[in-house]
Amino acid sequence: MFSNAKINEKIAFALLKIATGMVVAFVLVILYYIVSNGYSAINLEFITSMPRNRMTEGGIFPAIMGTMYLIVGSMAIAMPLGILSAIYLTEYAKPGKTTWAIEMAISNLAGTPSVVFGLFGLAMFVKYLNIGASILSASLTLALLILPVIIRASQEALLTVPKDYRDASLALGVTKWETIRRVVLPSAIPGMITGAILSIGRVAGETAPILLTGAAYFLPRLPDSVYSQFMALPYHLYVLATSGTNIAQTRPLQYGTALILLLIVLCVNLVAVTIRSHYKNKIKR
Amino acid sequence: MSNRKIKEKGIESLLFASGAVTVVALLLLCIFLFRDGYLLFDNYPVSSFLTDTKWYPTADPEHFGLLPLFLGSVIVTIGAVLFSVPLGIATAIYISELANPKIANILKPVTEILAGIPSVVYGFFGLVVLVPFVQNTLKLPTGQTALTGSIMLGIMALPTIISMSEDAISSVPRALKEGSLALGSTKWQTIYKVTAPAALSGISAAVMLGIGRAIGETMTVMMVTGNSAVIPGFPSGLFAPVRTMTATIALEMGEVPQGSDHFHALFAIGSVLFITTFIINIVANYIKRRYRFNL
Repeated sequence: MFSNAKINEKIAFALLKIATGMVVAFVLVILYYIVSNGYSAINLEFITSMPRNRMTEGGIFPAIMGTMYLIVGSMAIAMPLGILSAIYLTEYAKPGKTTWAIEMAISNLAGTPSVVFGLFGLAMFVKYLNIGASILSASLTLALLILPVIIRASQEALLTVPKDYRDASLALGVTKWETIRRVVLPSAIPGMITGAILSIGRVAGETAPILLTGAAYFLPRLPDSVYSQFMALPYHLYVLATSGTNIAQTRPLQYGTALILLLIVLCVNLVAVTIRSHYKNKIKR
Repeated sequence: MSNRKIKEKGIESLLFASGAVTVVALLLLCIFLFRDGYLLFDNYPVSSFLTDTKWYPTADPEHFGLLPLFLGSVIVTIGAVLFSVPLGIATAIYISELANPKIANILKPVTEILAGIPSVVYGFFGLVVLVPFVQNTLKLPTGQTALTGSIMLGIMALPTIISMSEDAISSVPRALKEGSLALGSTKWQTIYKVTAPAALSGISAAVMLGIGRAIGETMTVMMVTGNSAVIPGFPSGLFAPVRTMTATIALEMGEVPQGSDHFHALFAIGSVLFITTFIINIVANYIKRRYRFNL
């Protein structure tokens, strides 16, 4: 009996190890393919020049810049909104129907597929508000998409600030808002920034929403205003890989674009994780 | 003093307004999505939309049948679940119960990398690596199949399932596990008879959210599933091309005249997709709240 249980345990643990090994292998294989095939395509010209010859040669400069514009645009909208909402929810909101509605809206927005955000952006920003297919429409759409992420991260950051800090400040006769501004926020800011940075990765990688709200198939110049269409890295990769003029010939360009996109997203995440762990160590001390 | 109070009130209102933005956004999203979707039914009966087995949006007469697309999403998602749930839960158990803390601290960020990779990069990887692999290994006429989509979506759902299951497993009180071990159970018996059942609600919520992610994923499925709108058989449909709801919207929206029936049909598909994920989210939240450990 006993030895049977031991044998079962050995088998089960071996299976768990194999499963974990498979997951790690997926990560390594995906990274390996993109990096090993992509790095030879990347050089200064690739990053700084326009696509040429119907996108079969040249660089991806406008796509990189387009992605940067989207990051700046959507963060400028979502970050203040998200942080203010989080302050309201953690510091002011009392349990009740209103708070429940806000919480529920956040978790449902977080679970809504990105292509649905794209449809909404198309119907509301592009068509109804008549902004047109543009950087602005796409940034607004992406801002809504990352809003729940920023709110959740900021809420978590605020919750880690000990209640004693607030009580001490309030006991000194400081008003609630002054307490939040001078005592709570300074301790919570690193956590909030981490959340915001993680959502930069989301913005850089999302394709479906911008496909419907303003990304251009090919636009060999930089956009001249927020009302222009734009190229962006993820959509450019999709176009090159599925409907470019010569899919097989442009493989190196595709790997290069994928690697640049991956580098941006992973670097951004690395920065976020570093800030978070630095901040955690600080709290422990 | 009263000046200070006015300022405090003003700030509270501003904060409340920011909080309310999400509610307003969700309402607007519903209104715009449903309104444009509903306009389809002026010219095309709801019953046909729900029961027609054909999606021929540009044929004459037009067919806007939801079924092939809905079932396409379902089959790809089922495949992804079958693939990622056992793998994800096993990995979560390994990380939280077996691995030594140093290794666990490496494994966690490694699995989180999967969450950071953009979907279009997964799609690209699937297209250049997995599609030919599936085609050659299974000797299929094309590698762009539901199965290929399922594998890619499964990999993408892994980080959600792993990190949430791991949270659920580590929040099981130690007393429960120690009690079981003290009674002479092996570590494995403790895991599958005590720890896993105790963490079941959290794990189920993780699986639900993983399903939600898989059903809503667009770029990856669009690039690897071949996109042919036929009702898939099960399981034979796994080895043939399918077209999901998400892929249909993303593929066709660029080419339809705004305001046409086809345009509205895509919004109707979007509405179905939204309602589906909405229900999944509510169920996931319910499970998580209902059975949370009360310590």
